[in-house]
Amino acid sequence: MNLLLLILIPLVTALAIWLVRTPQQVRLVAFAGAAVQFALSFGLLGAYRLARAGGNSQVFIFQQQYQWFPSWGISFHVGVDGIAVAMIILTAFIVMAGVLVSWTVTKMTKEFYLLLILLSLGAYGFFISLDLFVLFFFLEVAVIPKYLLIGIWGSGKKEYAAGKLALMLMLGSALVLVGMLGMYFGSGADKTFNLVALSGQAIPATVQQICFPLLFAGFGIFTALFPFHTWVPDGHSSAPTAGSMFLAGISMKLGGYGCLRVAVYLLPAGAKAYGDVVIVLAAIAILYGAFATMLQRDLKYMNAYSSISHCGFVLLGIGMLTQTALTGAVMQMVSHGVMTALFFAVIGMLYQRTHTRQINEMGGLMRVMPFITTVLFFTGLCSLGLPGLSGFVAEMTIFTGSWQNPGSFYRAAVIVSCMSIVVTAVYILRAIGKVAMGPLPKQFELLTDAAWYEKAAAVLLLAGILAIGLAPGWLNSLVSPATELIMQKINATSAGIK
Amino acid sequence: MSTPGLYHLLFVSTALFFIGMYGFFTRRNLVTMLMSIELLLNSVNINFIAFNKYLWPNRLDGLFFTIFIIAIAAAEAAVAIAIIINLYRTRQSIDVQATETLKH
Amino acid sequence: MPNTTLVLLIALLPLAAFILLGLWGKKLFSQSAGVIATVLILAATMLAWYTAYKYFFVYGNTAGIYQKIPLFSYSWLSFSPGMSIDMGIVLDPISAMMLVVVPFISLMVHVYSLAYLKGEERGAVYYAYLGLFTFAMLGLVLSANIFQLYFFWELVGVSSFLLIGFYYQKPSAVAAAKKAFIVTRFADLGFLIGILVLSSSANSFDFATIIQQLGNPQQAAAQSATAASFMGISALSWGVALVFMGGAGKSAMLPLHIWLPDAMEGPTPVSALIHAATMVVAGVFLVARLFLVFSMSPAVLQLVAYTGAGSAVFAAIIACTQTDIKRVLAYSTMSQIGFMMFALGISGKEGDAALGYTASMFHLFTHAMFKALLFLAAGSIIHFVHSNHMSNMGNLRKYMPVTHGVFLIACLAIAGIPPFAGFFSKEAILLAAFEQNKIIFYTALFTSGLTAFYMFRLYFKIFWGTTQSDYHSHGEGGAAMLLPLLLLGVASCAAGFIPFGNYVTLNGAVLPLHLHIGFSVAPVLLALAGIAVAAWLYKKANSRPAKLAAFMGSFYKWAAHKFYVDELYNYVTQKIIFNLIAKPAAWIDKNVVDGLVNFSGNSTVLASEKIKGWQSGKVQQYATYFLVGIVVLAVVFIYLRK
Repeated sequence: MNLLLLILIPLVTALAIWLVRTPQQVRLVAFAGAAVQFALSFGLLGAYRLARAGGNSQVFIFQQQYQWFPSWGISFHVGVDGIAVAMIILTAFIVMAGVLVSWTVTKMTKEFYLLLILLSLGAYGFFISLDLFVLFFFLEVAVIPKYLLIGIWGSGKKEYAAGKLALMLMLGSALVLVGMLGMYFGSGADKTFNLVALSGQAIPATVQQICFPLLFAGFGIFTALFPFHTWVPDGHSSAPTAGSMFLAGISMKLGGYGCLRVAVYLLPAGAKAYGDVVIVLAAIAILYGAFATMLQRDLKYMNAYSSISHCGFVLLGIGMLTQTALTGAVMQMVSHGVMTALFFAVIGMLYQRTHTRQINEMGGLMRVMPFITTVLFFTGLCSLGLPGLSGFVAEMTIFTGSWQNPGSFYRAAVIVSCMSIVVTAVYILRAIGKVAMGPLPKQFELLTDAAWYEKAAAVLLLAGILAIGLAPGWLNSLVSPATELIMQKINATSAGIK
Repeated sequence: MSTPGLYHLLFVSTALFFIGMYGFFTRRNLVTMLMSIELLLNSVNINFIAFNKYLWPNRLDGLFFTIFIIAIAAAEAAVAIAIIINLYRTRQSIDVQATETLKH
Repeated sequence: MPNTTLVLLIALLPLAAFILLGLWGKKLFSQSAGVIATVLILAATMLAWYTAYKYFFVYGNTAGIYQKIPLFSYSWLSFSPGMSIDMGIVLDPISAMMLVVVPFISLMVHVYSLAYLKGEERGAVYYAYLGLFTFAMLGLVLSANIFQLYFFWELVGVSSFLLIGFYYQKPSAVAAAKKAFIVTRFADLGFLIGILVLSSSANSFDFATIIQQLGNPQQAAAQSATAASFMGISALSWGVALVFMGGAGKSAMLPLHIWLPDAMEGPTPVSALIHAATMVVAGVFLVARLFLVFSMSPAVLQLVAYTGAGSAVFAAIIACTQTDIKRVLAYSTMSQIGFMMFALGISGKEGDAALGYTASMFHLFTHAMFKALLFLAAGSIIHFVHSNHMSNMGNLRKYMPVTHGVFLIACLAIAGIPPFAGFFSKEAILLAAFEQNKIIFYTALFTSGLTAFYMFRLYFKIFWGTTQSDYHSHGEGGAAMLLPLLLLGVASCAAGFIPFGNYVTLNGAVLPLHLHIGFSVAPVLLALAGIAVAAWLYKKANSRPAKLAAFMGSFYKWAAHKFYVDELYNYVTQKIIFNLIAKPAAWIDKNVVDGLVNFSGNSTVLASEKIKGWQSGKVQQYATYFLVGIVVLAVVFIYLRK
């Protein structure tokens, strides 16, 4: 399977959007592009499975390499493993749903869709690149559209939020860049940005200890690493619905994926050295994010803060450095991506109808919009880790994997993180109870339920949640061979250094 | 009377440089300032020629640079005078103090 | 051998009801939802009874021992070698017994609801929730894997949440639903950590492996788990204590009971099914399931015993003061579950010492019958008088003779009067307590006297006394309401005669339950005394109850206010957690963490504000900077840099 298709299709879609005239055409083109990409991502899954079943045991398959700047060791190198495939499927889901929920955007429709597709292009490129320079390039491609999406189509303090988000993410990119260059110059004789080549080299431990924090913090900013998370609430709540979905569903996952793929995979000794710090920060983010969520009155702020808490689980899983925990971290990325995108979509639907996002101003909406509130129930329950939905699977995998680390420190971190599930239950139920249940205010009596495109988007994402929640085997068997390889490298390297 | 040596030439060019500098800092007329810049450039030219002649007589690098600077100076004078004329057209003045809109 | 498909169908039929009615109920089956759900549950009940029959009488027993039969296993999620969540089914005496109870009570509630919820526009939703609950409960009792049990445990919790909040426009119902979910969720936190502790010691989530590894003192895993200590307590003790915390939350034991009385906001049939007969005994079931592991830690068993006994007497005292019929029943449920719990806590592993285990399961079985009956009858009464309050009832025996009859049967059963069901199971529990732990025995004896008193207080206040208003109402409800009452009435009479010790024991062998007439005299007399006192106080309206309350003074007040446990919780959650943790967390985030971000942004802006004057637009000023710069560089490069 040719991975370049994954970049080419968004590119063609973007071009077509640029060429067509009416908003309706723009929507249809964007939808068609997203649908093709959606189908393609499942094709990729199938092809990947086939290739693995056929005995292809390379770490990355479907590799392609083209020279770009040979003198600097930069090549356009792509390839995927199970983790990347999972991320690509996640992105395809969210892009599709994002295109659908934006159906009624009337302000500069063409530009809006163009930016959405560009953002997805950056994400797809990021997930398939095997060259750090290319990876960085796509990371930046994914940042800029966010600034514009929030700044132009946002609400509230949108300029402030857009600036804050862009600046903090740029800070993250800068750290990543410095870390990458450190690795490039410190890695040894063959100076290269190639991820596969780097993974084969024994990077000196001192270099690892310097570069790991830079790379991890850099990518960590994307995935709301405490204390660099404050762009999350402002950014998410000011963004338009699809923007929030992309931010939480895709953009935050770029960070988690980068932490795993670049920081941990290439710098295992650094990961070992800083694992405890990561765990502490993650545990703080999980519990503290959950408590901070309890006080939020705005639905979007609530979901954004809960994203901080949930993404803490990703970092916790990565910090624990056991195979099960890493698998759990990837599953949590997928699960949280789908779930939080759906949550934002629902919030957008509610806002469009009630014109408020304040929890206290809503009430009893189950009577007038049964579909939307049912979806709200599902996402809320997924968020608090109800079995049968994706959150449970991911969190339990992380807990089990983390518990495999003996030692009171690790156990304490797990227990602290477990506590968040109670706090999550409190704020989710408070929100659901207020929004969907209780008496219905008079002014809401004539509101309508979801339109077809909203239903389609919600059903799509709900299907994702249920597919992971009810039958997690497919995701687990996709991801765990890849995490096993990462663990092998970590174990081998640390033995080598000692 | 001995023939003038390197030091004489350097003295002339230094004198010329500081005259140009003085003119550039004190005059408010843009044309005068432009002339001062020409003086500065020419003092550099003299330096190039002098060093070339006395230190590396068998090479031509200094001469090339001088010619290069003269060419650039001509172009620069043309652009500068065009700007000054335009300024005069819009403001009826070529006082440098009056043209400070290009700030923060 | 058992037919796996049939056993699977038991659980899947209710699930089918949930999916069918949940997706299309409103559009396609708004009229027929109840019938569809009832038929599906009926089929499930038939299959379950068939399976239980086959298990107990055909293939379950090999050489006098009831075997644990694993039927089916599907690797649902595999973490690492050994550690995987295998969705499985295991048939053993307790799961087979639950297969008798759960679908039957569910069926009764379904039938009853056909009449009770007639005309309810969200009927399809109601039956869908009931289907979800029944599915989850069946999945829970059949689980072969502790994580699978946790899976269904949470599903049971959420279906309970949905059903309590069924009247979602009532703020009190929403609050009660939230409370129930959050309190049990808090308890489940313990359960989850307990699972992690136990499973990492046994290196498996499988019940059979956990019990085999940890339930046997000879095993290396058990030895290391009982030796390893954290804060002086062994890992195994921590594990089972935390698992018990989960069980205590679900079973409304002290101090996690506060959700149960409020859960009565749900429709009454739901209370009968979930908050009386099935879900609330899940904690007891859990302890029974892991009993061999619990028995490795005597300290935790003591904890179980004293928590159970404490809850029993505590709830019984409160029940004497409540005026809402459903709340009285809720506290009596809590009290009866306390009986089951302490019976497990005092039980031993071997021979006659294991009587407590059998007695607990026996009581679970009989209690399900008569408590469901009580709630359904209460539902009829509430339906009739349109109030939950005892003060609005009186003399109802004239108006509702059938309900009166079955309610009396149920009251006699719960009070422990022979030959009704509760007598046999309670005698077994008291006997076990008498042999193992005298403190608990006397507590239990006192509690059973109180039980008789508060149940008959309820009975006399409702069915005797004076007519409170003209109940110009429809009669007792149709056949759909009366049939379950009668069937459960029969069950409450007959269930006690089952020779339970022949079927459900800890090790699978027969443990005959003997009736010791001499021993039974005291409890029965005490119960009769309780009934007599209730009759004296409440049979006719008089001033004695008020005088008694005044005589009890502040103790009565404390009991009527449920010993202020709710207030304590409110104080802790509102004042301490909310104000001292959540508020500072949000404040710190807004002002310190985000403050730093904003500070770095603002200080950049401020600095540029300060230095932007340098960009004056004056050419000659720029030239001066330039000159100064050149001079500085010249000095640096010529003189300073050697």
